[in-house]
Amino acid sequence: MSEIDLAAITQSVVATGPEIIIICGACVALMLSLVPHPRQHQILASISIFMIGLAASMSYFLSDYPQTAYAGMFVIDNFSSFFKIILYLGTTLTVLMSGKYLVKEGVIQGEYYSLLLFALLGTMIIVSATDLLMIYIGLELQALSIYVLTGFLKSNARSNEAALKYIILGAFSSAIILYGMSLFYGLTGTTNLNQMAAALSTQDQSDPMLILATGFMLVGLLFKVGAVPFHMWVPDIYEGAPSPITAYMSVAPKAAAFAVIIRIFVVDLAILQPIWIFSIAAISLLTMALGSFAALVQNNIKRMLAYSSIAHAGFLMLGLVAGGTGGITSIMLYLLVYTFMTIGIFAVIIVLNKGASRGESIEDFCGLAQNNPALAFMSLIFLFSLAGIPPTGGFFAKFYVLTALVDKGYVELAVVAVLLSAVAAWFYLRIIMLMYVKQPTEHTAIDLNPSIRTVLLIATIGTLLAGLLPAWLLDFTANSIPSVFG
Amino acid sequence: MTGSLLIDVPILSILIFLPAVAALLVPLLSGDNLVRWFTFSVLVVDFMIACWLLITFDNTTAQMQFVESTPWVASLGISYKLGVDGVSVLFVFLTALLGWICVLASWTAIKKRLKEFMICLLAIQCLMLGVFCALDLFLFYVFWEAMLIPMYLIIGIWGGDNRIYAAFKFFLYTLTGSLLFLIGILVLYFAGGRTFDILALMAVQYDYDLQLWVFIAFLIAFAVKVPMVPMHTWLPDAHVQAPTAGSIILAGVLLKMGAYGFIRFSLPMLPDASHYFAPLMQGLSGVAIVYGGFLALAQQDIKKLIAYSSISHMGLITLGLFTFTENGTTGAVIQMFNHGITTGALFLLIGVVYERTHSRDIPAYGGLLKVIPIYGIFFAIFLLSSMAVPGTNGFVGEILVLSGTFGVNNWAASAGVLGALIGAAYLLGIYRQMLLGPIRIPGAAKISDLNKRELSCALPLLLFVFWLGLYPKPFLSILKPTLAHLLEQTMRVGL
Repeated sequence: MSEIDLAAITQSVVATGPEIIIICGACVALMLSLVPHPRQHQILASISIFMIGLAASMSYFLSDYPQTAYAGMFVIDNFSSFFKIILYLGTTLTVLMSGKYLVKEGVIQGEYYSLLLFALLGTMIIVSATDLLMIYIGLELQALSIYVLTGFLKSNARSNEAALKYIILGAFSSAIILYGMSLFYGLTGTTNLNQMAAALSTQDQSDPMLILATGFMLVGLLFKVGAVPFHMWVPDIYEGAPSPITAYMSVAPKAAAFAVIIRIFVVDLAILQPIWIFSIAAISLLTMALGSFAALVQNNIKRMLAYSSIAHAGFLMLGLVAGGTGGITSIMLYLLVYTFMTIGIFAVIIVLNKGASRGESIEDFCGLAQNNPALAFMSLIFLFSLAGIPPTGGFFAKFYVLTALVDKGYVELAVVAVLLSAVAAWFYLRIIMLMYVKQPTEHTAIDLNPSIRTVLLIATIGTLLAGLLPAWLLDFTANSIPSVFG
Repeated sequence: MTGSLLIDVPILSILIFLPAVAALLVPLLSGDNLVRWFTFSVLVVDFMIACWLLITFDNTTAQMQFVESTPWVASLGISYKLGVDGVSVLFVFLTALLGWICVLASWTAIKKRLKEFMICLLAIQCLMLGVFCALDLFLFYVFWEAMLIPMYLIIGIWGGDNRIYAAFKFFLYTLTGSLLFLIGILVLYFAGGRTFDILALMAVQYDYDLQLWVFIAFLIAFAVKVPMVPMHTWLPDAHVQAPTAGSIILAGVLLKMGAYGFIRFSLPMLPDASHYFAPLMQGLSGVAIVYGGFLALAQQDIKKLIAYSSISHMGLITLGLFTFTENGTTGAVIQMFNHGITTGALFLLIGVVYERTHSRDIPAYGGLLKVIPIYGIFFAIFLLSSMAVPGTNGFVGEILVLSGTFGVNNWAASAGVLGALIGAAYLLGIYRQMLLGPIRIPGAAKISDLNKRELSCALPLLLFVFWLGLYPKPFLSILKPTLAHLLEQTMRVGL
């Protein structure tokens, strides 16, 4: 028993290579941040991106060798590799957007990059974990890093307020998840998802304890996704956090949370589906409705995008309702496209930022088409993509979710969903109007440094390619779904 | 036989994407005049391709011609498939014709952001041609919906004082309709064996109940586009606020797409439902004809008047389509083409005086025939054509529709006749108030007559008014096999 299996340990360490690389990167960044240097931000950003690149290549190498590690607590499969692509992409783009913003806001602490890498690590663990404990560790690591990052604008009251709210509500939701997990452990005697599935297959489905456990787990995870009625934190925290972090939050943790929901509730514990399917369908419609209608009246662009991200989360949850190959593929595809378009629009917000203390008003977009036609055109693409108008990627993503829904016979759900997304189109159109029709309120030179240009370019290309040539993306996504459905 | 020498040339793709490629090049040009001439020449070349298409079109068959097909998203059964039949080739031609006319109509009218405007024009040209050529439902939908983007910008940026409201209304009405259309498409996709190929989907016999539901979803989308009463309220706003070129595109092509949707999808794919809903459709059309006409009678704003008259005229088209008779459908398609020519021309001419006087108020004018006689004559002819006076194109379409409708639904046919009477009242009213009588508009002496540029837009349209009015045979023979095939598909009723 106590004999140490060296081969297994080596295998596990190699299998978690990308995670280890990111840990090293985070530590190096942390130490280097203590060394004062005039170009500290650039150095740290370069190191972060280099380490992410290294981890990505390692992941690419590993993706050919599906395996489990650490006695079945951790898995490398196509599914986790796909989500890691989203995470690497989201984090890299966030790092690229951050430099100028932080300098402008007078934030000089280099821990920023270290924290961002730790957050990335947390999300990477989440998507690869096959054990409740591991999932919890990943969730907490990610959440703790983002709490700090949210409050990173130390002298800004809104940023501080957002961080405090986030910690309190985040801790609350973590506790709920933990409670759900402990109930599951009590019912099945294990925290490993595969063993849980085996234990639950003999369990009575109407056991109130099982329903309670499922409910708690889902509530906690839906909280992370920002679904109604657990969405209250989203607008405040999106508004208060530094803009690159808001962009990061709307992409990576959301993707990770969906990965975990899919892995637990659609793949491994699919047996529980009858317990949650109706409530998830109802919640997804409520989420879309609230997100779309509340976004109509926002005047702060980040608040508006917060509600928009709530609405998108609702749309994504329709994929959960559809389930099966189509449903899972649609969620994954949507998340990838969503990464491009959301990061893109946030990059524009960062370019237009006139100091976080002033808040990011929608009016900042006034007359953008005159100040900078290219930037306005890119925003146009992102916004129409968010609204789901072809030929952008956002349309194809929505289309695929709807296809999955109709395939499973949920036509009524699809009808309500498209009507709500027509409501949502209104506020994206409003920004486009401001860009193209209104005169600029004040003439400010628009400063586009190379790194933000890169972000905008990648986001634009990604958004357009996903719409024009979706075949490759779709096949790639469909090959990445968990093997049970292969 | 058709184009057999050039069978490998993707002529439709060239036709569709030439404007799109040109749109990408426009930002590189400098100088407003260069931009104008560049756009104009591109669209003229596009028009010549469309002419070539029409000339080499084989009008002895109902088969799709110039077909191109490549897989696009193979795993979903989506392909990039294009082709034209007798109906679509006519609208490809109309679209290409109005394309360069729109550039000429905006030559001096658009002063701000010319480049962006021309990009929008080129983009919408590409998308409209795509709609008429698409033989894959997904591709069709992409073109159909993407069209909202440039049109929204054209109304919103270059429109009148209340343009933002009009642009939003246009966008949201159409988007809502289109999204339901999308759900209908998906339902058909799964019922028809997981393919988006329009021809394959036409061959399937769908369940009766499924047909009814899908018909409703399609109906909402197409009824918004046509527009049919009661989904018409966006049209007057959009027309009044849009710049001249926007109005021409809206009236000339965009409105046709709703009717084209009925022809391409509702009738052949959902024949049972079409028959089930035919009385409703005929009734709504009759209401639209009369109600639109009365609303037009009450208008003081010339653009608004023409917009309401469009609703009335489009009612005649949907009426003709849902009679399922040869005369009715042929008349409807001819009327679609006519309406594009005539209403396009009317908006063009309204734009011409608006550019000079900045007034759309009918009573403010008067005596234009004395001031600008050539303009007056043109305007009068197009008004008469809109009134369906024998010898003009409007007459051919209207008489065919009415002769198809009598015997099928006499009430609706009577509404059509009443609509023609009301039409005569308001169109002659315009004629009297604007062209005859004392000269009321201030500074009338300075108003110049049609210049060469404006003449070259109006003349080709005039040509079609008389060609169709006096010798419609070439047009009818292009349509004949296609519409006969359509009626055959529509009669495939009963389970």
